[in-house]
Amino acid sequence: MAHAPDHADHVGHSPAHHQAPLGMYFAVFFALMGGTILTVIASHVNLGHWNTPVALAIAIIKATLVILWFMHVIHSPRMTWVIVISSFLWLGVLFVLMFSDYLTRIWNIY
Amino acid sequence: MRNPTLHELQHPGTSDDAHAHHHPFLQHHFEDLGQQHEASTLGMWFFVAQEILFFGGIFMAYSVYRHMYPEAWSAGAHHQNWKIGLFNTIVLIGSSLTMALAVWGAQGAKRKLTTVMLVLTLLLGMTFVGVKGFEYREHIHEGLFPGSHFTYVDHAHPELTRGVELFMVFYFTMTGLHALHMIIGAGLLIWFIKRAWRGDFGPEYYSPVEIMGLYWHFVDIVWIFLFPLLYLIH
Amino acid sequence: MTSTTIDDAPFIEPSATAKRNYLNDEYGVLSWLLTRDHKRIAILYAISVTIFFFVGGIFAFLMRLELLTPEGDLFTSDTYNKLFTLHGIVMIFFFLIPAIPAVIGNFILPIMLGAKDLAFPKINLLSWYIYIIGGTFGVIVIITGGVDTGWTFYTPFSTQYSNTHVFLTTLGAFITGFSSILTGLNFLVTIHRMRAPGLTWFRLPLFVWSIYATSVVIMLATPVLAITLVLLMVERVLHVGIFDPALGGDPVLYQHMFWFYSHPAVYIMILPGMAVISECVAAFTRKKIFGYKFVAFSSLAIAFLGFLVWAHHLFIAGISIYSAMIFSFLTMLVAVPSAIKVFNWTATLYKASVSWQTPMLYVLGFIGLFTIGGVTGLFLGALGIDVHVHDSYFVVAHFHYIMVGGTIMAYLAGIHYWWPKITGRMYPEWWARLSALLVFVGFNLTFFPQFLVGYVGMPRRYHAYAPEFQVLNVLSTAGATILAAGYILPMIYLGWSLKFGRKAGPNPWGAVGLEWATSSPPPKENFHETPTVTWEAYDYPAFLKAMRETQDA
Repeated sequence: MAHAPDHADHVGHSPAHHQAPLGMYFAVFFALMGGTILTVIASHVNLGHWNTPVALAIAIIKATLVILWFMHVIHSPRMTWVIVISSFLWLGVLFVLMFSDYLTRIWNIY
Repeated sequence: MRNPTLHELQHPGTSDDAHAHHHPFLQHHFEDLGQQHEASTLGMWFFVAQEILFFGGIFMAYSVYRHMYPEAWSAGAHHQNWKIGLFNTIVLIGSSLTMALAVWGAQGAKRKLTTVMLVLTLLLGMTFVGVKGFEYREHIHEGLFPGSHFTYVDHAHPELTRGVELFMVFYFTMTGLHALHMIIGAGLLIWFIKRAWRGDFGPEYYSPVEIMGLYWHFVDIVWIFLFPLLYLIH
Repeated sequence: MTSTTIDDAPFIEPSATAKRNYLNDEYGVLSWLLTRDHKRIAILYAISVTIFFFVGGIFAFLMRLELLTPEGDLFTSDTYNKLFTLHGIVMIFFFLIPAIPAVIGNFILPIMLGAKDLAFPKINLLSWYIYIIGGTFGVIVIITGGVDTGWTFYTPFSTQYSNTHVFLTTLGAFITGFSSILTGLNFLVTIHRMRAPGLTWFRLPLFVWSIYATSVVIMLATPVLAITLVLLMVERVLHVGIFDPALGGDPVLYQHMFWFYSHPAVYIMILPGMAVISECVAAFTRKKIFGYKFVAFSSLAIAFLGFLVWAHHLFIAGISIYSAMIFSFLTMLVAVPSAIKVFNWTATLYKASVSWQTPMLYVLGFIGLFTIGGVTGLFLGALGIDVHVHDSYFVVAHFHYIMVGGTIMAYLAGIHYWWPKITGRMYPEWWARLSALLVFVGFNLTFFPQFLVGYVGMPRRYHAYAPEFQVLNVLSTAGATILAAGYILPMIYLGWSLKFGRKAGPNPWGAVGLEWATSSPPPKENFHETPTVTWEAYDYPAFLKAMRETQDA
């Protein structure tokens, strides 16, 4: 994987000073609360084999909200985005290649 | 006559003397606070990246066994009290809010707000860990602690007992590691509360609180996944 | 092209007062044990990894003694199991993984970047202490009876049946992993944020590109080992069945998780070696490396592709055949970027003004031996062949060609190349060349016969073997003796050079790089003034001109 090189060595005089509006944090908080309630409700409804993907989708959305706004990634330099996306991508590599074994085993034990 | 730094090339007219105020928290090997802030933030992000792989590894192992033993996993999840889990989730997300507000306060040199928010974060975090401890105690009383003390038998489905034990191994290991990270976070918070009260932080220097926030939010994200995966399988 | 030879490189003294340097800046044990200076920390690491290297070497030597005869007559099989296990654990976790990054990387990287230190000097010191704590666990295990599971700790033997110190050993490895992670983190942030003015990415020495790739691998792979070892320890202590089939677990899952780290780990071990080789090839051919961008990107490609091949260690363990085919194909791909490096180094050597100093001798050894090791890896990556040679001495020979013929030779090349910078002294050239020769001859005599016996069926990790393999085993042990001599000699002459070696100027090799723009040994803050880089990578005329101008100013 290629870490795209940064632009010229940024030696800032002061730290990058983007302060988000206060209300934004509360908005994200309420969205997270909503997502949590939704997850609990959805788990009690029988959606067949869709329960798991729905639960994961809600969790991913909540995590994304935390990452983008609580962790300020939305205002962060490109390198931060590269790090966050690469980590999850690597996890994806682990999952995909691992399951390439487990999903194609044909003996009946599992 | 030394060569100009890149910063000086980009900002002609600024000389070394103009900002010779040596900030008390500027470390000697950095050019200025901006470089120090960028370095510490980047460092914490790399640390969070490896934590994602750390927890990701056990999530992966969990997934493999969930794929292999779906009924046992469901049975195991039924032993978790989802209401307690929901309470803890709300507490933890709340602590993420207070942590984010603490960073906001530090950036604005709001000493009292920052300190109060950090204290709230600590209290909420400790509530979480306390509730977790209560849950663990209940599980142990029910004979659900894996190993030689695992006395629980699933009378309805005895063939699932071994699988339930395996589920409990993952339950205790995953939530245990998570709680350990929270306890470490709590220790760090105590230190930062002291620093915030002392007035160390302001718009020029708030990166310690910011990176504490990154750590804390990451631990919250782990729980966002743990809650449905361990409590809400039906 | 170049205007000077190595012997008459201009004496470049960037500042007048060179007597004060990082070595004599402060005295006393505490000034070393509590230092934040990356150069001193590098030396702390150098001493520790060298001790572990010889400990691991002793285990190897005991194994080779046993293997002189076909019968298992020197040690019991249980003891022999402990010998190969401890040899692997000590060599991999306490020598190969830290050596080049924590010794050479720690010392040279900040100077190469024109920085005063790494981004986090205190964390650097912490890294060393964590390494020492992990290493102490290892030593305790050795002293109190050892461990016999193989360095791979395969379950369920390691978790349910072994009667040795599995828990302590995995705890030691777990702790040492954090040392590695913190070093990698430090390097990444330093490379991103502390380059000198004018030092853009494509002006960086190729050493930095490879160390960068190594650090990425460390950050992404090591935590997975950490969690694997946690699960291992949980299973061992609680007697539950995470990886035990009797209790519902899957031992192959352990192998998957273990090798998800341990395959990239071999790239953690070889990429820094390649980093050193790039620098030495450029220095001792007085040329820019052929295909700079290809070599730079190949480091990143190795890091990436190296994560996609781990299950080639599991081909016959019980994974599905479809999965095995995917991993076999990916394994073939990972050889490509390594081959690109070998081609480019070779192209650099072509029609160059080659100088036969010791580092170059090790470089040539590396290129040949790494190629053999790498190609035999392709043999192993082919499913049909692997069925036949898995767990045989063919595998043992393959990875020793890379780890010893590759990494250790590169480490020695780097130590000799940067010795004058680190110590301010030259080593005695003829003794060093003799050692290099002993290492090369000893290495090949030790490990080439192992390809042969492995291919015809001698299994690894056994203390006895069929009598028809004896001749080749005796040759291998003889080679090991010569190799040992080749490793012991540098301890003597390098030690001698500290007091009696010829004093070195700032740039005894006439090479290009910021580390050669400061005095030998460097001052504590590396440079008296932060340099500005105006030359391209390995641009000899431009660099030497810039140095002369600095001297005149």
